[in-house]
Amino acid sequence: MTSNISKDVLMLMLQRMWRIRHFELKLTEMYGAGEIGGVHLYIGEEAVAVGACAAMEDSDYIAGNHRSHGHPIAKGANLKKAMAEIFGRIDGYCKGKGGSMHLADFSVGILGESGIVGSSVPVATGAALASKLEGKDFVSAVFFGDGASNQGACHESMNLASVWNLPILFICENNQYAVTTSYKDTVAVEHISDRAQAYNMPGILVDGQDAIAMYEATSQAVQRARNGEGPTLIEALTYRFEDHSLGLEKIRKSEYREDSEIDEWRQRDPLDLLTKSIVNSGSGTQAECDAISLAAQVEVEEAAEFARNSPFPDESELYKDMFSSEMPVV
Amino acid sequence: MTEKMFMQALGMGISEEMRADPKVFLMGEDVRASVYGAATGLHDEFGDDRILNTPLSENGFFGAAVGAAAVGMRPIVETLTSFMWVGMDQLVSQAAKMRYMFGGQATLPVVYRAVMYYGGGGAAHHSDRSYPVFMNIGGLKVVAPGTPADAKGLMKTAILDDDPVIVFEDGTLLGTRGEVPDDPDFTVPFGVANILRDGTDVTVVSIAGSVPHAIAAAEEMAKEGVSVEVIDPRTLVPLDKVTILNSVAKTGRLVVADPAAKVCSAASEIMSIVGEEAFWDLQAPMQKVASKQVHIPFAQSLEKLVYPTRDGIMEAIKKTLG
Ligand SMILES: Cc1ncc(C[n+]2csc(CCOP(=O)(O)OP(=O)(O)O)c2C)c(N)n1
Ligand SMILES: [Mg+2]
Repeated sequence: MTSNISKDVLMLMLQRMWRIRHFELKLTEMYGAGEIGGVHLYIGEEAVAVGACAAMEDSDYIAGNHRSHGHPIAKGANLKKAMAEIFGRIDGYCKGKGGSMHLADFSVGILGESGIVGSSVPVATGAALASKLEGKDFVSAVFFGDGASNQGACHESMNLASVWNLPILFICENNQYAVTTSYKDTVAVEHISDRAQAYNMPGILVDGQDAIAMYEATSQAVQRARNGEGPTLIEALTYRFEDHSLGLEKIRKSEYREDSEIDEWRQRDPLDLLTKSIVNSGSGTQAECDAISLAAQVEVEEAAEFARNSPFPDESELYKDMFSSEMPVV
Repeated sequence: MTEKMFMQALGMGISEEMRADPKVFLMGEDVRASVYGAATGLHDEFGDDRILNTPLSENGFFGAAVGAAAVGMRPIVETLTSFMWVGMDQLVSQAAKMRYMFGGQATLPVVYRAVMYYGGGGAAHHSDRSYPVFMNIGGLKVVAPGTPADAKGLMKTAILDDDPVIVFEDGTLLGTRGEVPDDPDFTVPFGVANILRDGTDVTVVSIAGSVPHAIAAAEEMAKEGVSVEVIDPRTLVPLDKVTILNSVAKTGRLVVADPAAKVCSAASEIMSIVGEEAFWDLQAPMQKVASKQVHIPFAQSLEKLVYPTRDGIMEAIKKTLG
């Protein structure tokens, strides 16, 4: 169903999704070649970040987690700087001090990601608090996993956001597992979105493989937030196609999930689904869609070249950025 | 100059900066009623939008302060040192590390006001003197005023500062009185120690609640003809080591009084610096007068044995004199 979505938005979503997919396929290749270390891949979950970010403005804020190449790219981050950061180079977003789990770009509203699971949820809540206190129009959204949904920080933030009626979207990416543990073994309710009731906010269950569904659900939640109607919890049902992370070979897929389950989910690849919607609805041709993929692939290759050629941070960087101004080294 | 209580001086610092900048706001548990004192009158003056009562969710609102600061607000968070453990992840993983980890992109002008009660039968869960923990983390400025004037001046500097600052408000000092400048432009810079008393024989560096004990010890020793220099570093991050090293170069003797527990205390760090950089100036082994390495017992008979006292400082001074 593509009813209310303009062709521009559809094509933008497809472009961002292909950027993420090619970016991570490239990372996989480079990891195999020993060029980079282990990273958490978002392959299979692209529709969640892209559908959500397409429903937000540049002036809105997002925060991510440890599996966060997709969130900044969905929000419009620069592939070269993102890739250089993963290489630990000076031209990376964080001058090589953050790495794969911290691809922050404050200039496009990315407040960062957190290697501590659940830890960025209060931070995003604070951005929404600022919006409310200052009477601003921006909203904030935080992406976190099914595993993170059990963190106290998450629960505290949802309650806080509700009692203060803050313009925030809690977007839970339920990819079914936290490393090897099924959410069914750790979440006491049937759906994580059911928890919204306890915080007196809407809890919405969305097909996270469907970018259009994500876009629509997010648009409504953004609208509510901007209208001063408070927070929303969105649970996106999705699936991690790859292992928990590159570099964790010892956690074999089959030990905690069946190959048949992986295959079933792969049948619903978010890129295929969006492409089909675009073509079937007549919003675009297969050739146009293919061209978007190809262009994204070229961008990624350029980003990889850029990252490889960027220098490592110099020793003079070591003490920089601890504080806002230089402090004596102790 | 007006005579004020330490606690009032803290409140003056906060209200002056709130008047000066609408982006400053205060949040914490029961702050509107100012249960811990320093926020008295703030709710009346600044109203609901700038004085926020929070749920009991330290992780939640410590982190929300970080997020609000990251997008341009200047939050002040009120809490007790002992409740900081509950919000520790946000203090360490977010407030302290965001700027560095994101290559300088995040500017976080947030102040955590940590009321530090101890010495009054609070027992182990309400008596933490935890500033050394935060000195060790990095990325956080650590402030521990010892006088009412410094309480005001350092609070104002903390609010004006663009980095995360923790102000440790020593509970044993909250009722102390002193002259406090009325001038709203008065501030006390970070990283500049205060020489509270000049002396030539022994240097006593005293932190937070040990300041009055150090002064009392110096007064007593003066009667015995010993000239004691008393220094209050005032800020532990950044630490004004130059003033301390210069003093040790003059006196050749060092005592450090610190209400924190002895192991890896602020005193430990100061003595390590002097050991590394001024060993040849020393004429006697340095002495540490810190709290005993125990949890704070409830019974008064036990608790009074724990913290640095005037007499303990005097004993240490005498030890350095041989
Ligand atoms: C506080 C904390 N505990 C444990 C870990 C180790 N860890 C990293 S990712 C992860 C699983 C997170 O699961 P989920 O939130 O569902 O996100 P997903 O990896 O599935 O995207 C764990 C346990 C961590 N990084 N932080
Ligand atoms: Mg998961």
